[in-house]
Amino acid sequence: MSIRLTILKELEAVAAEQQKTLAPLKDDLPLMESGLDSLCFAILVARLEDILGVDPFASVGASRFPTTVGALVTFYERAEA
Amino acid sequence: MSLTGLIALGGARDRVVETREHRLALADFAEGGSLSGEFDALEGRSVILHVRDMALAAAALIDLDGWARRIVLCPPGWGPEQLESAARDAEAEAIVHDRLVAPIDLPIGAICALPLRNASARVRALATEWVLPTSGTSGPPKLVVHTLATLTGAIADAPRQEWATMYDIRRYGGLQIFLRALSGLGSLRLNGPEESLEDFFTRIGKAGITHISGTPSHWRKALMSGEAGRIDPDNIRLSGEIADDAVLAALRDQYPRARIEHAYASTEAGVAFTIGDGRAGFPAARLDETGQVQLRVVDGALRIKSERRALRFLGRDTPIADRQGFVDTGDMVELRGDRYVFVGRRGGIINVGGAKAHPEEIEAVINAHPAVQASRVFARKNPITGAIVVADVVLHPGAGSQIGLEREILEACRGRLPAYMAPTRLRFVPELPMTEGGKLLRNG
Repeated sequence: MSIRLTILKELEAVAAEQQKTLAPLKDDLPLMESGLDSLCFAILVARLEDILGVDPFASVGASRFPTTVGALVTFYERAEA
Repeated sequence: MSLTGLIALGGARDRVVETREHRLALADFAEGGSLSGEFDALEGRSVILHVRDMALAAAALIDLDGWARRIVLCPPGWGPEQLESAARDAEAEAIVHDRLVAPIDLPIGAICALPLRNASARVRALATEWVLPTSGTSGPPKLVVHTLATLTGAIADAPRQEWATMYDIRRYGGLQIFLRALSGLGSLRLNGPEESLEDFFTRIGKAGITHISGTPSHWRKALMSGEAGRIDPDNIRLSGEIADDAVLAALRDQYPRARIEHAYASTEAGVAFTIGDGRAGFPAARLDETGQVQLRVVDGALRIKSERRALRFLGRDTPIADRQGFVDTGDMVELRGDRYVFVGRRGGIINVGGAKAHPEEIEAVINAHPAVQASRVFARKNPITGAIVVADVVLHPGAGSQIGLEREILEACRGRLPAYMAPTRLRFVPELPMTEGGKLLRNG
């Protein structure tokens, strides 16, 4: 599965588990408006580390953290490359 | 009164302290000893006791109480570093060992052996200090000073009880059982690390034990092993860790006839109370009681004032109690209805983005699932919230599909706990690591 599909699938799974309503996912959707809280993102990052074997959040400065869904995907794609 | 006096008082006929390897006949102490030869040199000394087998440790304790000035009860797994630190703090002049564990260099070395050898009777009149290391997980051991009087303060007269314990008698919980057995009328059977649970339960089943103790971790292991049915005790005692509703209910199922009690004690505060109503925690009304043991909750932590508390620490100035004489146990409690329940250790908190989670409280929810035998909750580092909660889980044999169960258990947790406390992932493992003291290993 592509990194993009993996991330979108896990976003939906975490939202469902945490009983959050996920906004329609598109690249320019700001993460803060996605309907997920920081706990959801914490869980998402841990899951993605298990699946993809990387945690790009642990290796870059906080100032460069992604702010949109599209940037989140690119963030992981770059880390994987 | 010394330990030899206590034994004589209960009558020593047929009474034993028994491990798989050794059988110590209490009657033989009338004209025998385990330390003959070097025994005289130990009078009035501060002694490090470091032997592997618990029957040997029992023999040495009986020999030394009232004779040595101070006995430091060292766990068998200690290495030279811990022994030397303890010897320094206790100003030790002698070591009693069994040749099996490497002794450290002290002016007097004595070897403890069984069976007892002939020795002339002695007057054991000193008020010996019993020194117990606390079961801290890191750093040098903290040594806590008790006397036979503080250690036996919670022990009442009782009809003949045949005791067994899964504890090591060099830990506070196990020592309580050792002293209970010796000051009563019965025997004590012990489970060393070399003896499988199957062999131990077979042995104590044949011996017809009536009373048995262990930590909740010991009991989960025993229930899981399928060996629990080899005994039919009158009384089951849990201590040393939080006894949750799940383990109490599982014991009730296994032993419908037995009285099941969970005791609260700490090495520093002593035995505070014993609860026998089958429910986790303790009645809040207990806080209003005055008498030998007084309880108080300060900033969510249980404090205990008791005549059974330790006298002081050795080798450090930290007082053991606050100005009013209360020991801060570091055990966090929460009022639920008319009952206080234990939620975890003050230092063991997992911080999830500023929200605090006690591993033990989450484990209690996981353990309530019928397929779960035991669990260990711990923090996983996380770049977003600092930490998230994850858990290792041991399932009952034949519990079913792991994938289905993971979902079910996680959903149960999300239903009963705030979102940040629910584990985000379970890992199924065959067993959980335990400390030498029989407690769940928290940071292993």
